[in-house]
Amino acid sequence: MKGYLVLENGSIYEGETFGAERELQTELVFSTGMTGYQESITDPSYYGQGLVFTYPLIGNTGMNQSDQESPRPAVDAIIVKELTRRPSNFRSQSSLADYALQQDLVGLQGVDTRRLAREIRQQGTLKAVLVHHLADDKIKALFATDHVAKRPATAETDQGNDYQPTGPARYHVVLLDFGFKASIVQALLDRQVRVTVCQPNSSLAEIERYQPDGVLLSNGPGDPSQYRTALPLIRALQDRYPLFGICLGHQLLALANGAQTYPLPFGYRGFNHIVWDLERQQKRFTAQNHGYAVDKASLATTPLIVTHEEYNQRTVEGLRHQTQPAFSVQFHPDACPGPHDSDYVFDHFLELMQGESRHHA
Amino acid sequence: MPKRTDIKKILVLGSGPIVIGQAAEFDYAGSQACLALKEEGYQVVLVNPNPATIMTDHALADQVYLEPLSFDYVQAIIEREKPQAILPTLGGQTALNLAKELAESGLLAAHNIELLGSNLAAIEQAEDRDAFKKLMAKLGEPVPASGIAQTLTEAETLAASIGYPVVVRPAYTLGGSGGGFAHNPAELQHIAQQGLEQSPVQQILIEQSIAGYKEIEFEVMRDQADNALIVAGMENMDPVGIHTGDSIVVTPTQTLTDRDYQMLRDAALKIIRALGVAGGVNIQMALNPQSFDYAIIEVNPRVSRSSALASKATGYPIAKLAAKVAVGYRLDELKNPINQQTWALFEPALDYVVTKMPRFPFDEFPTVDASLGTQMKATGEVMAIGRTLSESLLKAVRSLAATNSQRTWARLEAQSTQTLLAGLLPAHSDRLFALLILLKRGETVPALAAASQIDPFFLDQLQQIVEMATTLAENGPTADNLTQAKHFGFSDAQIGQLTGHAGKAIREQRLAAGIRPVFKMVDTAAGEFPSETPYFYSTYEEENESHPSGRPAVLVLGSGPIRIGQGVEFDYASVHAVKAIQAAGYEAILLNSNPETVSTDFTTADKLYFEPLTLEDVLNVIDLEQPIGVMVQFGGQTAINLAADLAAAGVRLLGTDLTNLARSEERTAFHELLAKLALAQPAAGSANDLATAKQVARQIGYPLLLRPSYVIGGQGMAIIESEAALTDYFDSAVQVGHDQPVLMDAYLQGQEAEVDVLADGQDVLIPGVLAHIERSGIHSGDSMAVYPARTLVTAAVEAQMVDAASRLAKELHIVGLLNVQFVIRDGQAYVIEVNPRASRTVPFLSKVTNIPLAQLAASVALGQSIRSLGYQPGLQPSAGYYHVKAPVFSNQKLPGLAGQLGPEMTSTGEVMGSGQSYAEALEKAFLAAGLPRLNATGTILLDLDPANQAQGQVLADKLTQLGFSVQRRTQTNNLEDNSQLSAAALVVTTRADQASEPGQQALIEHCLDQGIPYLTVLDTLAAYYQVLATQQHIHVYALGEEPA
Repeated sequence: MKGYLVLENGSIYEGETFGAERELQTELVFSTGMTGYQESITDPSYYGQGLVFTYPLIGNTGMNQSDQESPRPAVDAIIVKELTRRPSNFRSQSSLADYALQQDLVGLQGVDTRRLAREIRQQGTLKAVLVHHLADDKIKALFATDHVAKRPATAETDQGNDYQPTGPARYHVVLLDFGFKASIVQALLDRQVRVTVCQPNSSLAEIERYQPDGVLLSNGPGDPSQYRTALPLIRALQDRYPLFGICLGHQLLALANGAQTYPLPFGYRGFNHIVWDLERQQKRFTAQNHGYAVDKASLATTPLIVTHEEYNQRTVEGLRHQTQPAFSVQFHPDACPGPHDSDYVFDHFLELMQGESRHHA
Repeated sequence: MPKRTDIKKILVLGSGPIVIGQAAEFDYAGSQACLALKEEGYQVVLVNPNPATIMTDHALADQVYLEPLSFDYVQAIIEREKPQAILPTLGGQTALNLAKELAESGLLAAHNIELLGSNLAAIEQAEDRDAFKKLMAKLGEPVPASGIAQTLTEAETLAASIGYPVVVRPAYTLGGSGGGFAHNPAELQHIAQQGLEQSPVQQILIEQSIAGYKEIEFEVMRDQADNALIVAGMENMDPVGIHTGDSIVVTPTQTLTDRDYQMLRDAALKIIRALGVAGGVNIQMALNPQSFDYAIIEVNPRVSRSSALASKATGYPIAKLAAKVAVGYRLDELKNPINQQTWALFEPALDYVVTKMPRFPFDEFPTVDASLGTQMKATGEVMAIGRTLSESLLKAVRSLAATNSQRTWARLEAQSTQTLLAGLLPAHSDRLFALLILLKRGETVPALAAASQIDPFFLDQLQQIVEMATTLAENGPTADNLTQAKHFGFSDAQIGQLTGHAGKAIREQRLAAGIRPVFKMVDTAAGEFPSETPYFYSTYEEENESHPSGRPAVLVLGSGPIRIGQGVEFDYASVHAVKAIQAAGYEAILLNSNPETVSTDFTTADKLYFEPLTLEDVLNVIDLEQPIGVMVQFGGQTAINLAADLAAAGVRLLGTDLTNLARSEERTAFHELLAKLALAQPAAGSANDLATAKQVARQIGYPLLLRPSYVIGGQGMAIIESEAALTDYFDSAVQVGHDQPVLMDAYLQGQEAEVDVLADGQDVLIPGVLAHIERSGIHSGDSMAVYPARTLVTAAVEAQMVDAASRLAKELHIVGLLNVQFVIRDGQAYVIEVNPRASRTVPFLSKVTNIPLAQLAASVALGQSIRSLGYQPGLQPSAGYYHVKAPVFSNQKLPGLAGQLGPEMTSTGEVMGSGQSYAEALEKAFLAAGLPRLNATGTILLDLDPANQAQGQVLADKLTQLGFSVQRRTQTNNLEDNSQLSAAALVVTTRADQASEPGQQALIEHCLDQGIPYLTVLDTLAAYYQVLATQQHIHVYALGEEPA
């Protein structure tokens, strides 16, 4: 079936639909990663977004059980140049086309995705509707609907879910779930850390009951300011536990300490952004997926200092609390998809927990 | 870390002549590096005896030495120039091996010279198999089970313990020479023997076979601050077991999940950091298609063919940045040259698919074994960019400029399914076509995946191409089908063939339907950052990003893939044409499909279109750019062959007009032309069939030189002595030129010479005349040539040639270049051929005369005159030095190729030598071409044809007088256990092959296997005698230096 992507600025892109045949409104973002479409599609941070892949062949390696970042597609829709007909990889269990059908994922293929990515770059993140006919009233109506870019409370939760490493756990971490990626949990399990997932609306007492060695603020979708209700809890936690924020978790640590965030024109999504670790004096490639950033100037009056910067545009990529063992990074040290170059950040979290346990001992 | 200031002068080692496994990519890398170093204010001294390259131009280095890349000469250059550092990582294996030799001898330490880029330890760890294994073990990186053998017995024991099949890899060789797969002890014996002989250190690796794994390559960069990045991950469509140079390669990787990719990326970064290389490294890996098991196959601590490909495929200029990193810069303080936005510490993100395809020499050499293995056979390659895999694949196929792809297709279609399947593994060079035919016959993707070890993903892409072709054939070129077929990358010509229309009709229909390509930019960043890169490819999508600048523009057509008869010299000419166009104030636009070259560096022209050199693709660019004209005389026969169709499409050709191009190429018109000018020519005729040919032959008389019309590199040429041979030729010549007559000339034996002429329509400038050392009958590209020609010919004969060439240029209204070839017999110069374009000898002549012929040609094509350019017409005086150009062959890589020189060109590259005496120039040319001065104690073995016994005896006597032991070959019954052969330091064989057993061909192959130098023409031996008869003095001369 023909499908049309109509942008809020009036641009129209034509393609063929695949997967679920639903018309919808979405917010368009693009990722420049050349691998890892499966991880991105299931990355909860993309909730509420229509994801445009700039790499033109999507679906080459099919879909498999173990590369899921969450149990189901998180994106509203995916926009591709060419959907691969016959995937091939020893772990592939289904084609992306079949997966999209089964999982109610909306797809559009045959799109000049380079034109679309360039337009987003020039105009910033754009709202768009995906329709099957170019009917003005339908398009208007879709644009008029509310677009939700926050994971609804009714979404499946992992409240209280416990992840045990193979072998004895060295530490126990509570992960505050704003829409976490499975690979964050995996990175901790790989380091012999037990992870317990809690909802952001948990009370301090509920978290204290787990007697964690540290708390991790997870990634998640949308504007960080919509999570203001979680800020008091974060402030309470940073006074009690080693605290580590990733992506949205990083932005929330900033907000909790009085800093501001702002929307980037079109976000960073891809694998080739260099991040400068100012303290270690090293530059590493990172996996990126964010539309907002911490305002550097607003940090002046907070106890936070900048530890990492994006090397091309010098945006804030990492923060550290000057007096508490709390820190955060804007990028994804868990990669998946993307380079593993910055996974040392997890080790740093373990060092903090080790330091605290020595401290308490 | 900014650049180093303790270093002022850097010696750059080039890669020498173009041979299989080491080709134009090093001209590209070397040129980039030299410019990058000059840009930083270093004095650059370059050594490279290859005259056909841009890197050996005056402008590229402060001092250019076209001297042999041998220890003695480089030592002399070091003593003269006193550099503080040597950069050896840009001249391929040749430069790396030489650097190792220089370092190990203590010469570098004695002169306090530093190796830049790669350290000696890294070179050894990567090149020495044992050291490599140890390093991988230390890093915990898997390698296939293997061991080192230095004898045949060791090899056999090892292979038995590892288990067959095994791979044999000799240490320190180019393009995997002498290696191969052994499935049993008998095969091992043969391959191991060969490998031991070809390895300069008599060392081979016997390795567990991982044939059938996916072959993945990473191009990695690192700086001294330990920043490291992947420029490109590339996936071979062909499995491990086929040399990557002979494989179809795509980038980015296609069948790897993020988990697979990051696992290999981690390994690649770990390895470059462990090697400590500051610059580029190529890492080849094998990945089990059924698991996460992988193995590191090979590491090259230098730029390579793959790094040139990666640079063009991504836009990230590896060699340029490698040079800057080598002098101390960090990647995070250099800007990404392609977008000037990000830093060079950046991993390119692609939003297109790149396909590289090898160009094999099997069209030219039908007798050579066309099966593919670990030994590289391709002479060149093409690259194509598309927004889908099929688009880039089909563009690559048509970029190959295979003269007989339709014949190949027809031949394969006539074969049984059984035969075609058998040709998939071991792989045959035609297997892409075989797969398409098998799919068309209904063979399934899983069946073919099993038979070919090619991933089903790629096979399904081929399947979709086949389905599209079927749809076209069944339903015709409807608007929908046209749109779809263009998305798949089909050409108008292919659509025409499938639907029974002319390509031109399809083009018209397509344009009428508004189906036009757009051009997208290569920007390294998938559109994430704004970029102004003038580097484009076509695709059938919505947004066009290439906008004409509004300035008057000239389009230059490049020469496509490097192949026998059309080498890097045409890229040289194309690049110079671009410079002249720019100097004349026009915008220079270049179109080419060869990723190895300087011309396809996006900084060479004002705008680069990386596109196939076909009428359709060229017209697409012309439709958009509306240039004032097109230059076709610099891109070899590939570009000239497009002239007529372009003119017919209304395109203005700049330079010599079409009528006169045809007059010089079409044989009847050519003979009339010579007759009109009363120029001596051999008696000639032509025939379309054998009966006519016999008649013509009787009129002209034997011997005859036969050839098809419109050829390059002398393909299909033969000298025949009898009617029986004429019959044979016609029986087989159907292969050669069905629709064109066979040309028949009286074969005149004599001295050969050639002249390159520059003409502006009024005046004629002759930079110099070249005399050939070998007599007529040897292709000019395979002959040694001498400048000035007066070394070998009289003033009177030279004057005849100058006069004839000048009159031809005037009569043909040449505007640009003309090459005229002569045979001289009994004091008379006969015209045998003219080429109305830049010839193979243009770079050599430009360098030795200091007259930039290609630039001048482009300038006159734009309307300037020779006089206005500051030159006087007529023959230019020579500067005083002697210069000799010598051909270089890759016969070792091409089993089955007749080694005897003849009218068909077989060389792949060239070198030159210069001297204050003829003998000195000869000595250097021989040495650079691989024949050093023999020890006076060595034995020279003569194996002479009865026809040249007399000349041979004279030479034998002279060599004996010099103290050499000269033997006539008497032991002709076997080659292996032959005391004459094992004692020979040089073999000279001129015998016609059929005469005895084992024949000359077997003898030559034996020499190749054993590394015994051989000559097949007595004229070459006579020239070599002049070297041996002279005392050796090592002097080095910089290009342009005046004689003392």
